[in-house]
Amino acid sequence: MRASRQVYLDHSASTPVDPRVLDAMMPYFSDIYGNPTSAHNQGRDAARVIEAARETVAAILNCRANEIVFTGGGSESDNLAIRGAAWRARQHNLSARLITSPVEHSAVANTIAQLRDLMGFESVAAPVDRYGLVDEDAFVKACNDGGAIASVIYANNELGSINDLPALSSIARDRGILFHTDAVQAGGQLTLDVERLGVDMLSLSAHKFYGPKGVGVLYIRSGLDLPSAITGGGHEGGRRAGTQNTAFIVGLARALELAHQAKAERCAHFRLMRDRLISGVLTRVPGAQLSGQPDKRLPSHASFIIAGIDANALLMHLDINGIAASSGSACMTGNPEPSEILLAVGYTAEQAKCGLRFSVGVRTNEDDIDYTVDALARAVDKLSQLSRERAP
Amino acid sequence: MSRSDTRVVVAMSGGVDSSVAAALLVEAGYDVVGMMMRLWSDPTMGGAEHNRCCTPVQMNDARHIAEKLGIPFYVLDSKDIFRETVVQYFIDGHRDGFTPNPCLECNRRIRFDWLLRNALALDADFLATGHYARITKDDGGWRLRRGVDADKDQSYVLSVLGQEQLRRALFPVGEYPKSKVRKLAATLGFDVAGKRDSQDLCFLGKSDYRSFLRLHAPDVIAPGPIVNRDGLVLGQHQGLANYTIGQRKGLGISSREPLYVLAMDERRNALVVGARDQLGRDELVAENVNWVSGSPPAASFRADVKIRYRARSQPAEIEVMADGAMKARFDQPQRDITPGQAAVVYRGDICLGGGVIAKYENRSAAQNGSTHIA
Repeated sequence: MRASRQVYLDHSASTPVDPRVLDAMMPYFSDIYGNPTSAHNQGRDAARVIEAARETVAAILNCRANEIVFTGGGSESDNLAIRGAAWRARQHNLSARLITSPVEHSAVANTIAQLRDLMGFESVAAPVDRYGLVDEDAFVKACNDGGAIASVIYANNELGSINDLPALSSIARDRGILFHTDAVQAGGQLTLDVERLGVDMLSLSAHKFYGPKGVGVLYIRSGLDLPSAITGGGHEGGRRAGTQNTAFIVGLARALELAHQAKAERCAHFRLMRDRLISGVLTRVPGAQLSGQPDKRLPSHASFIIAGIDANALLMHLDINGIAASSGSACMTGNPEPSEILLAVGYTAEQAKCGLRFSVGVRTNEDDIDYTVDALARAVDKLSQLSRERAP
Repeated sequence: MSRSDTRVVVAMSGGVDSSVAAALLVEAGYDVVGMMMRLWSDPTMGGAEHNRCCTPVQMNDARHIAEKLGIPFYVLDSKDIFRETVVQYFIDGHRDGFTPNPCLECNRRIRFDWLLRNALALDADFLATGHYARITKDDGGWRLRRGVDADKDQSYVLSVLGQEQLRRALFPVGEYPKSKVRKLAATLGFDVAGKRDSQDLCFLGKSDYRSFLRLHAPDVIAPGPIVNRDGLVLGQHQGLANYTIGQRKGLGISSREPLYVLAMDERRNALVVGARDQLGRDELVAENVNWVSGSPPAASFRADVKIRYRARSQPAEIEVMADGAMKARFDQPQRDITPGQAAVVYRGDICLGGGVIAKYENRSAAQNGSTHIA
């Protein structure tokens, strides 16, 4: 039997597809199905909507359409950016240093680690503060010795904190270092104006802003000649081989357009819900503290450390009450490891197993929040009672 | 309270019995939640990183069964408490010269305490497991009964339960013979139907308990003398934990007649051996006694007593001693009464309770004043 109420507060993990997005996608499965690279009517129809989608995305990113590459998602975008920059450095005998932060999404962190371990690149992590924000002075130091690329996350998936990209990107670019950002969590909520942000490359994923899963964007500043990590046909200007997924690309563009149009209104709603949640949790749940930057954080994102309460047990209690949330130490095998990100910002190993993330969405309402705060307070009470009973 | 309002947490292992138990509960209309405990396993032993009760394969099997049944499935991190209770009990038991049965301790401290409390905290009304045993209720309260399949009966390892646990426990497969449970599993399309039953201690990984003790309690494995009942030294043993009562092979001493392990004398770290006819004992004392109903049926009474999980129960006279310990006098001498194992008391198919065997002796020997107490 399902719980009487279902509350989805895991929009940082994924969002439902907006019905208007789904409507926009539908013709491109069975009506207009040609391969966009084909030289016939079916193919041209598909190519035309893809180029229209590219224009839409480019307008929102304040860039040219040919700077937009459609990919298979956020992780793929990150891989193309970082591997591309690494191959480019190898090709032109440039610096082999890959500069990053210790709190990146695993799509960035593990790509850099693999390039370091298997390909002889050097990985340099610029230190972060207790909110997970890259320290500018330390970043200057990290960049002073040059580098093939610097990749810094825009809004942290676990902590919600927002990096000062204009400052960081100018530090890197002043030193001749390409600057990439994983903007996957920022999509639909923060500015994606690549000129204001000063980035050379930027990754997005549609399913974080009410689009479909399995499609993303990599912005690549024009003039930047990156060898592609996915080789094959000349799709996407030779920057990402593989037949374009017309329906998903249309869905991505429509979702981004809707998110952009409604941004102010949505973000105001997110903040209202998020702040209600944060104040509810901090007043009602003993041992709860906010993690991440209190002000410079994603409007939809609330994260906590709940002292002494294993996040996996808490997620089980929330789930049984119909509430979807998540944790950086989430684990399906009962063997939780501390969250790398919480460790990197200075929490203890015990605390780093107790991180909990809620992320609100357009359909979240006050009752959802109040129900969640109640359920969380009750679960924490029960679990702390269990651990008290356990103590000898 | 309708069944759909009754929440049952079912402990799932990925095996046949608990999978069928879960399916029977779903079929009966309960609000079923699957749960598996992540238990401790010695990370250093033989490359086995996983407790045999919760390997990644079993976890996946259990998760798939839960998906198939449309129930939630959670894995509960129970490593620390399992290590602190069950594994420590096993090590301490051997250190004291006993041959402990950690499965009973697991039911006492982990399944029907830690897991039960976690289930109740999740607002569950019952905790179900795949044990072959039955629970009934009458004027005497909740009764623990043998499973209908005599070969598979697991009431022995459940003899540690009391009224509080039985009130909250369900054993859905205890009503069926194992063959029927396997058939049900096949009908339900569970690909676990061909799996063999689990046997050895779950936390040993690929190792055996002797190497485990060598690593975790090397003092238990200290060599010492092998003596006969008169104290004559016949040879050297390789650590008391390496031997079991009644063992004949592997003693490494030559003798005209076959010698059997009679007892462990942990005070002198001596292994006591003797002829086959010295092996039988007709009396045991069990401590840490649990009575399922909360109290013994009488100060002394006739019952059947089972001294090992795989042993047949044997008729005996039970006497409850002043300190709560229990004395069992068997009608016939028993060859392998082993301190540390449980002595479990039955009346017909009702399990009355049991205790941990602390010592054993011979009435005849006691009468002539030369008691041999191990």
